[in-house]
Amino acid sequence: MVSMANNTNLIHPLWIRITHWVNALAVVILAMSGWRIYDASPFFPFVISGQITLGGWLGGAIQWHFAAMWLLVGNGLIYLTCNIVSGRLWRKFLPWSPRAFLADVLAALRGKLSHDDLSHYNMVQRAAYLFVILDSVLLVLSGLVLWKSVQFPFLRELLGGYEAARREHFLAMAALVAFAGIHLLMVALVPRTLLAMIRGR
Amino acid sequence: MIKKPSRQLGFNGELLLKDAIKDMGRHLDQPTRRVFLQRSLSLGGLSLLSGCAVVDESSVEEALMKVSRFNDKVQAWLFDPNRLAPTYPDSMIARPFPFNAYYGEDEIREVEEESYRLEVTGLVADKHAWTLAELRAMPQTNQITRHICVEGWSAIGKWGGVPFASFLRRVGADLSAKYVGFKCADDYYTSIDMPTALHPQTLLTLTYDSQPLPPRYGFPMKLRMPTKLGYKNPKHIQAIFVTNTYPGGYWEDQGYNWFGGS
Repeated sequence: MVSMANNTNLIHPLWIRITHWVNALAVVILAMSGWRIYDASPFFPFVISGQITLGGWLGGAIQWHFAAMWLLVGNGLIYLTCNIVSGRLWRKFLPWSPRAFLADVLAALRGKLSHDDLSHYNMVQRAAYLFVILDSVLLVLSGLVLWKSVQFPFLRELLGGYEAARREHFLAMAALVAFAGIHLLMVALVPRTLLAMIRGR
Repeated sequence: MIKKPSRQLGFNGELLLKDAIKDMGRHLDQPTRRVFLQRSLSLGGLSLLSGCAVVDESSVEEALMKVSRFNDKVQAWLFDPNRLAPTYPDSMIARPFPFNAYYGEDEIREVEEESYRLEVTGLVADKHAWTLAELRAMPQTNQITRHICVEGWSAIGKWGGVPFASFLRRVGADLSAKYVGFKCADDYYTSIDMPTALHPQTLLTLTYDSQPLPPRYGFPMKLRMPTKLGYKNPKHIQAIFVTNTYPGGYWEDQGYNWFGGS
């Protein structure tokens, strides 16, 4: 794995591509089934259209949700382990500075952000990818409190109790969906990135 | 248990439709209902896997059921028999505490106190049928805990009654058996694992908020477990049996997770 990452032609090593697409599948299943679960007892003044939810009814949605959670967590652990062991996490996402971040945001807005080297993440990308990793961790932890609030008392109190965890789980989902929306928009603007995530180069 | 009929969002067409579908399901007989649920379940699966014609719907459903059984095992493993659910002060009790069942409030069953007998069968030494007076004569305890519904909402309530563990010991139940099953006057049925049955907060509940359990909360008796979701807490219990044969449950047979722990 590490040697593949060092191959200069390769933008994304194989393990990144596999974990990326497995994660994408897990997130789609979890979000769509989660919306159906939310609809069973909405705590905001809206429901999510049944047409874009998964599972058909509450019981079906829960089955999808509690199956895909293993996919998300298992895949996520493989991703984090490979990322840390290979040193990629630090190489790709650090250093990060607010000043450079602002400069890159301005450059992006003026359409002057370079995409010549797809293996190099600019500061906006670093921030977005680090954010979505942390957001996914929050999703898993708040999900654990919803699933097993009695068995994980420390985590439950840390997140402010069962009812607070429901809202945190929902907001973390909304943040992840927002990320995915922007992510897809960026891919549409620079389609080469899609090829790179499939072929590796 | 499950349904939450009191929550009205009248303007919302989607919810109305959902309610209508729930109603329809209620009036179908079991086999029809299963087919109906299978179809609705696979509709979701199809929309996800469209373009992937090789996926067989029933095999998707079978796989999901297998994961659900696996999740039962994980939950049994995670379950700590000594870990208590949080308790709350009187001031946090939800008033009124929401009514919940697989039917509406107009269909609440009335059970007569005089003729009521609790049947106890299966792997127990003492199979005599219990009167309410006998149950009330046993040592009682109270708890204020959070009821969590599978739909996501939760409400804090105050239940009192006999610790189920002392009842099981009193009737000489085989405590190494796998399941305790329940049959109810409202035709509901469910079953739980023995470790949860013996949990110190599992209560053969006779009172709500220090008053005899009203019909809407399951008169004459319900099983209250703050370590399990609402649908695992049967009301109007008529029969309790200890067994090693998986008894299933009303919602569990339709796809809700059997362990249903929290």
